[in-house]
Amino acid sequence: MVILLEAAGLVFGYSPAQRVLDGVDLAVARGERLALLGPNGAGKSTLLRLLCRTLRPQRGTVRWEGRPLHTLSRAELARRVAVVPQNVPSGPLDDLTVEEVVALGRVPHAGRFGLRGETAADRAAIDEALEATETAALAGRRLGELSGGERQLVLLALALAQQPQLLLLDEPTRHLDPHHQVALLNLVAVLAASRGVAIVAVLHDLNLAACLFPRLVLLCGGRVLADGPPGTVLKTELVACAYGDGLEVVPHPHRPEIPLVLPAVGLADGSLHAQMAYGSRGTPRANGPLMEHSVPGTTRYRTNEARETSHRW
Amino acid sequence: MTQLRAMGLGLRDAQRRPAPAAVSVRPAAALRRRAGRWRTLILLATILVLAMALAAARGAVAIPLSHVAGIVLHQLGLPVAPAWPAAEESILWQLRLPRVVAAALVGASLATSGVLLQGLFRNPLVDPFVLGLSAGAGLAATLTVALLAAGFGIAAPAALRWTGFGPVPLAGALGGLASVTIVYSAARRGGRVPTTRLLLAGLALSSILAALSTALVVLSDRLLLQWRALLGWLFGGVAVSGWAPVRATAPLVLIGIVAALALARWLDALLLGEEGAAQIGVPVEAAKVAIVVVASLLTGASVALAGLVSFVGLLVPHAARLALGPGHRTLVPGAALSGAFFLVLADLLARTVIAPTELPVGVITALCGGPAFLWLLRRQASGGSW
Repeated sequence: MVILLEAAGLVFGYSPAQRVLDGVDLAVARGERLALLGPNGAGKSTLLRLLCRTLRPQRGTVRWEGRPLHTLSRAELARRVAVVPQNVPSGPLDDLTVEEVVALGRVPHAGRFGLRGETAADRAAIDEALEATETAALAGRRLGELSGGERQLVLLALALAQQPQLLLLDEPTRHLDPHHQVALLNLVAVLAASRGVAIVAVLHDLNLAACLFPRLVLLCGGRVLADGPPGTVLKTELVACAYGDGLEVVPHPHRPEIPLVLPAVGLADGSLHAQMAYGSRGTPRANGPLMEHSVPGTTRYRTNEARETSHRW
Repeated sequence: MTQLRAMGLGLRDAQRRPAPAAVSVRPAAALRRRAGRWRTLILLATILVLAMALAAARGAVAIPLSHVAGIVLHQLGLPVAPAWPAAEESILWQLRLPRVVAAALVGASLATSGVLLQGLFRNPLVDPFVLGLSAGAGLAATLTVALLAAGFGIAAPAALRWTGFGPVPLAGALGGLASVTIVYSAARRGGRVPTTRLLLAGLALSSILAALSTALVVLSDRLLLQWRALLGWLFGGVAVSGWAPVRATAPLVLIGIVAALALARWLDALLLGEEGAAQIGVPVEAAKVAIVVVASLLTGASVALAGLVSFVGLLVPHAARLALGPGHRTLVPGAALSGAFFLVLADLLARTVIAPTELPVGVITALCGGPAFLWLLRRQASGGSW
């Protein structure tokens, strides 16, 4: 098993007072597929941004095949690691055609001086990426004319055109219907199997993750709560610890080794809301109201919105 | 990848959707096609050459176009028998052509600079002067005029005399570059230069320097006597006679445009935002430095040639983007050619509309370009995502 990316002891916070990640270890091997799970504010997206060097850890290291990540140039890194973001800015980008957007994936493969035109290798990679995501039919259309789901596929095609060894996906299924969610995750599974591309995907849909990923990593409060196959991660007590009450873990009807997480029945009459707001047992939970008193005397803010308005408190 | 289809994992709906009708796509999209790229650029280059020939032919002394062509070929060393009066040759070659070429250089460099900075800031209101260049140039030029008026014998330093520029344009260009340097270092924080800070620092320094210029004009009686000449420079005017200034700036402008072409890929990548650009391999901070340096040198060259010509660097890039699309490998040369064309015509109008009086070329660019741009904007109601 070849370890591609290895993060050790990652600590990061957007402000000194508060740590989003508090000592995260993660190793990703060639061809491996893992889903990053966790409640809002658990640090999933932040971890992803540390793994692709958009952010620098305050403590800890990220290594690519043993080399510290910051010793690679941006272009070297982009030939190895591609990111599919949640969304991209609209504006002038929307006037590019789908093909032009996907061609941006060849930027890290261009020479030092950008005067060289498109090579045969570029052309092949772009065509392959368009075909793999089945966006070839959209190639001539403007990005701004596409639906949210189609945009998501184009961003995936852009990442594929980089021909990376590791693909980081930030909620890739967010704008897709259920059929396309499954299709997209199957597509990256085929990439992992046929080319050894490693996949790290942030997902909110626990069942999609349990059914389609062999390894799950559950983050909570900036730490790895559990890491392993679905059966060992999606256990009742771990799910309750990460997400709080209101969820139930049951075995898959056809594949009992796969756990499914369902809403607990009987709480739809408003008592769930009451429980989330006031707590049922008086124990701290991760996904309760915006503020959580985890350590007496300190206040932690759970969401980005709360973080931005923290000066008011 | 064909195996994906065999496995039935396809994202079929994307294909089932009816193919977009090609005819409904804006003409810009058609122009943008690869084959269209070169055709458009060659078309733009051709009309630029025609406009330059027309501008050279028109003036106080009208010279037939055939003579213009003959004189140019003759001067370039081709065996063309002179069939024109000698006076025409000296008027054309010594006075008019340098000015026409200078106008083309000014337009090309301002438009390219505008494309670079609008691409960096992803902001439609950005023009080449946004980083304090105009205010710095204005103050330096005003100060030089004031000192000259006060009887100080200021001349261009000997090292720069070969450029053929007087002290005012030189001071303007150098003052502009100095203020961009100040703005860039003021916005710098921990090795990074956030673009919003850069814009705000430019705005702040611009107001300070503009206030100083105003104070200087008000406080100096002698400067008020020179006000008309200074105003001409502040509004922009191609006051070039002779080839020396053109020879001095043309290499800088050409190198700047080639450098902008080399930056085109990074500018395209920046359409994804800074984080997105970094993720596809762009060293964003280095790209910022490169873009600001190239844009400032281009603008500095244009300031030396023609003072502060407004409008061209703001709106020619937009017009080019509407016509050619946002891809910078086409946009950079397209905007350079359109900017040159636009300024050659504007300069022709500036010196012929109410001859023998000359209007500042900045007045013409705003009066002609503004309505043309509004028309373009209305025609393209659906496009232009800004």
